[in-house]
Amino acid sequence: MLQVQNLCKEFDGIKAVDDLSFTIDENSIVALVGPNGSGKTTVFNIISGFLGADKGIVVLDGKDISSMSPFKIARQGIGRTFQNIRLFPQISVLDNVMLGLKYKTGDRFSSALFQSKRMKKEEVENTRKAEDLLKFAGLSEKRNALAENLSHGQRKLLELARILALEPKIFLLDEPIAGLFPETKRTMFGLIRKLKESGKTILFIEHDLHSVMDIAEKIIVLDHGKKIAEGAPEEIIKNKEVLKAYLGKKSL
Amino acid sequence: MEYLIHILIVAGIYTILTLSLNLIVGYTGLAALGHIAFACIGAYASSLLALNFGISPWIGIIVGAILASILGAIVAYPSLKLKGDYLALATFGLGVIVYSIAKNWVGLTRGPMGLPGIPSFSIFGYQISNVWSYLILVLIFVFITYQAIRNITNSPFGRILKGIREDEIASQAMGKNVNKYKLIVFIIGAFFAGIAGSLYAHYISFIDPSSFTVMESITVLLMVVFGGMGSLKGSFVGAFLLVILPELLRFLGMPSSVAAPLRQMIYGLLLVILMIWRPQGLMGKYKFK
Repeated sequence: MLQVQNLCKEFDGIKAVDDLSFTIDENSIVALVGPNGSGKTTVFNIISGFLGADKGIVVLDGKDISSMSPFKIARQGIGRTFQNIRLFPQISVLDNVMLGLKYKTGDRFSSALFQSKRMKKEEVENTRKAEDLLKFAGLSEKRNALAENLSHGQRKLLELARILALEPKIFLLDEPIAGLFPETKRTMFGLIRKLKESGKTILFIEHDLHSVMDIAEKIIVLDHGKKIAEGAPEEIIKNKEVLKAYLGKKSL
Repeated sequence: MEYLIHILIVAGIYTILTLSLNLIVGYTGLAALGHIAFACIGAYASSLLALNFGISPWIGIIVGAILASILGAIVAYPSLKLKGDYLALATFGLGVIVYSIAKNWVGLTRGPMGLPGIPSFSIFGYQISNVWSYLILVLIFVFITYQAIRNITNSPFGRILKGIREDEIASQAMGKNVNKYKLIVFIIGAFFAGIAGSLYAHYISFIDPSSFTVMESITVLLMVVFGGMGSLKGSFVGAFLLVILPELLRFLGMPSSVAAPLRQMIYGLLLVILMIWRPQGLMGKYKFK
């Protein structure tokens, strides 16, 4: 469903992404792993339109989305989270989720100015939807708290709930388990599995190869912007190139 | 008594400016420093229409507001590309440009000589010239502005504005066309500022460029910050307080040559105190970043 073809991106002569191609199948969980600085987040930024690629294209469901602006790509069905978590800090947890939800006409300027009945109706429906999503993420009792007052783990969960609201076709999660306690990590993986069961597609970034072994169906390994391996977890863990990238040549 | 009503009228006009700037700065988080330029356009447009063509101020105020909106859309254009300090500088520049045009295009605006004898509003042949009736007129416009901005901010649309203020990139990732919202916000903010300008011109009956200096923009911004960004009640408090406070200096028997600079000093001092103890303003919840 998502194809990345011959992607290249240079920063001041350094190749952050080097002729990268891969395909993500529908309803799969794929991990994009690699050491720090291997270009994982850059790939995400290019797919979601925040960065322009020097070369190559990104295709979603047969449509070239490479030159679209980020908000249009989001509307095409790509929902992403951010490595350093980008919530709306000084508004409530519930409103954070509601900002992901779609409105038919209720979010228009005219609806607001005239406080249209339709808007109020949609607002009630969407509030209910947002509450369901908060329940899914286990954040129901925090609904009225400001997002900035959440713990790190809760923020990660809220960010997930917020892109759930967007109902994307594919979820791009940038290090969803970074810095989480083992228990929250399990919660996060549990949620990701649930997403997959409900028919969603997930591509996530993680730098620790071992923590993705149980959950990922396919692993793509990047090193210095190049794809050095792609395959099922059990193949990847035996792959010499991967071990070299992670452990260095000497330890082999 | 008339003096008191006069203060209320001025405070009311400032409230309109503050409410409309709050939409731009407080709710959407766009650092705009040229708000008085929109008021200037509104004031000159309706005054010139009334003086040169005898057009009723009722029409003039709308024309002025629309012209201000057009200028707002023009300002919004750089705001789509610029952020933070850079946008502040760009809007500041706009304030200077509009002021210079008002001052130097003598053929149209009579420059520093100003425009005297601007007629007041009239209803059914009755001139709204005494302060009481003008106060009512201003309050009606304050109410309309308040109602409009409250409706705009109290809605899914308003939530998106706050989202843009909080994190533009995240808003885009949520599929929001950030540029469209910024454009609308500038147009609406400028519209009401234009109305405030017209109300001022037809009240004082004389305008000259000195009423629309960049310093005035900063005063309005101060009112927003003082009352609280993203708080409509705060805009009332900010505008009334900062209009009334300097007036109190008069009662201390200070000559105006001392009072004017003192006013600026007090504003400055208040702002420093506020930023230390209450960065979200008197009524606001949103903290400066």
